[in-house]
Amino acid sequence: MDRVFRVGEEEVYALRDVSLNLDHGEYTSVMGPSGSGKSTLLNILGLLDRPTKGTYQLENDDTTSLSDEDQALVRRDRIGFVFQFFHLIPRLTAAENVELPLILAGIDPKERKTRVTQALAVLGLKDRARHRPDQLSGGQRQRVAIARATIMRPSIILADEPTGNLDRHSGGDVIEILENLNKSGISLVIVTHDPALGERARRNIIMTDGRIISDKTRDPVL
Amino acid sequence: MKIENTFIFSIRALSGYPARTLLVLLAMSMGVASVMLLTSLGEGARRYVNREFTSLGTHILFVLPGRSETTGGPPPLLGQTPRDLTLDDALSLAKNPSIGKVAPIVVGSAPVSWNEKDREVTILGTTAEMFEIRQLAMGQGRFLPVQDPSRGSGVAVIGYKIKKEIFQNRSALGEWIRIQDRRFQVIGVLAKKGQSLGLDMSDLVIIPVASAQSLFNTSSLFRIMLEAKNRNDVKAAKEAVLRTIKERHDGEDDITVITQDAILSTFDRILTALTLTVAGIAAISLAVAGILIMNVMLISVSQRKSEIGLLKAIGATGSQVLWAFLTEAAILSMTGAILGIFIAYSGVIVIIRLFPDFPVHIPLWSIAASVFTAQLTGILFGVLPARRAAGLDPVMALSRR
Repeated sequence: MDRVFRVGEEEVYALRDVSLNLDHGEYTSVMGPSGSGKSTLLNILGLLDRPTKGTYQLENDDTTSLSDEDQALVRRDRIGFVFQFFHLIPRLTAAENVELPLILAGIDPKERKTRVTQALAVLGLKDRARHRPDQLSGGQRQRVAIARATIMRPSIILADEPTGNLDRHSGGDVIEILENLNKSGISLVIVTHDPALGERARRNIIMTDGRIISDKTRDPVL
Repeated sequence: MKIENTFIFSIRALSGYPARTLLVLLAMSMGVASVMLLTSLGEGARRYVNREFTSLGTHILFVLPGRSETTGGPPPLLGQTPRDLTLDDALSLAKNPSIGKVAPIVVGSAPVSWNEKDREVTILGTTAEMFEIRQLAMGQGRFLPVQDPSRGSGVAVIGYKIKKEIFQNRSALGEWIRIQDRRFQVIGVLAKKGQSLGLDMSDLVIIPVASAQSLFNTSSLFRIMLEAKNRNDVKAAKEAVLRTIKERHDGEDDITVITQDAILSTFDRILTALTLTVAGIAAISLAVAGILIMNVMLISVSQRKSEIGLLKAIGATGSQVLWAFLTEAAILSMTGAILGIFIAYSGVIVIIRLFPDFPVHIPLWSIAASVFTAQLTGILFGVLPARRAAGLDPVMALSRR
């Protein structure tokens, strides 16, 4: 598929002839210099953006023909996002931030509460539930964001530089959490330009100028 | 997303930015309060005038010399002055079955003196009937005696203020005062009643109509005040007056009859229109508050770009975002309106304290109208920011911190 941006008179190819097939439960990293199109690829995978040409099928459903509203529902139910800058809502507590997707889905309050408590407990944030983001450390914030991304039990998690704003130690924690989620069967795509992080994934994709220039899958035995 | 959740989310969003929220609430509440206060003043004025008129009795008619209406006929060839109303005209009216009491009125101004004290006073010449028609009350003594109206006599009833100014604390009853060059004996002092239809009843001297006519050397009347037998007779009385005077004036329609109801309803119309105008002007402040809501919401949308982007990323549909922002605007304008009602009622309480005689009253329609307008402008001006939020591209919104 292609993704073309129009900048003034010029057409800029953010993605050019990209063809990619991700298996269910796969752990993939996308690397490349900035401007290589890796974020655009991630946005398209996350249905935040549409390809200019070509199609995107998620779990055998063609999503390119869906309306904006329907795409929002797909994002809500099947995709989890983890961002470099966490993107927690500052006035809401950790628990409320995690609860948001459930509220959007119209799930009833009792069930919301049990699921949020459970999710926070799994990520070791039980006693932080009532804290607001500014009262949490970076690592804790990212864990809240991960709890939010997984609360709807998505089939794929898309992480854009998830450790980009964290120190080595909490970054390691976050990666470990994400990898554990992957082991439980959720597909994981991490966009990064940190090679050490990228190489942990089983499948490594390297992009330059909107094209995939390398796509290696390590031997599963390793 | 369920309604109650949208609601809670919006409230959290509003309380997250208290200064901004309070400012908008202030603007909205002041708008609503000013509409309500101004209409309550207008309504108060209307009730005040109404009360003043009905205190006179509602079935009173005034007969004035001259026609105040144009008939559309050719202009008179000769300078035609209206025929004067005479005492006999007045007396002839009293015979009509639909007419009750009739009081002829002569008004003039003359110097009144007692014991070297001297001042110019309004002199009202009338008959005993005036007392009941005008619903006067005596402070001391009695009113003009019932007597042949065409015969003058040297008695006078003085207003409360005249009594205070000329006699101070001494008793005025039985004293002889001089009006111009004639002597009158004070037989009564009116009760302190204050203004009545613009005529200060405390600042005049009342003498028999014939005495007044000779005092001012006139045979005509200023006007005739009369009352219909009862309320339903007002129309018949008016026709009877016109017919009787026309007969007496050689077939000329040269008088004007004004009924109390007509005056009252005219004032009522004027004051209602005034109230509506003032309310309309005040409503502009509501529109201003609406525009303020729009501005603040637009700022809010751009400040909360990443939040909106995030909401979309985690699956909020455009319409959910739209509703969230519209709900915010609705909550702002509704809360502002409720605050405004409180402010308006506190204002009314203060006005009542300051001017206990003035019947301020907030009409129900003004509450409904101002709340409705507040809500309408709030939501109307909320649409643009909400649409902007809903249409935000999540990629762009999230790319900036």
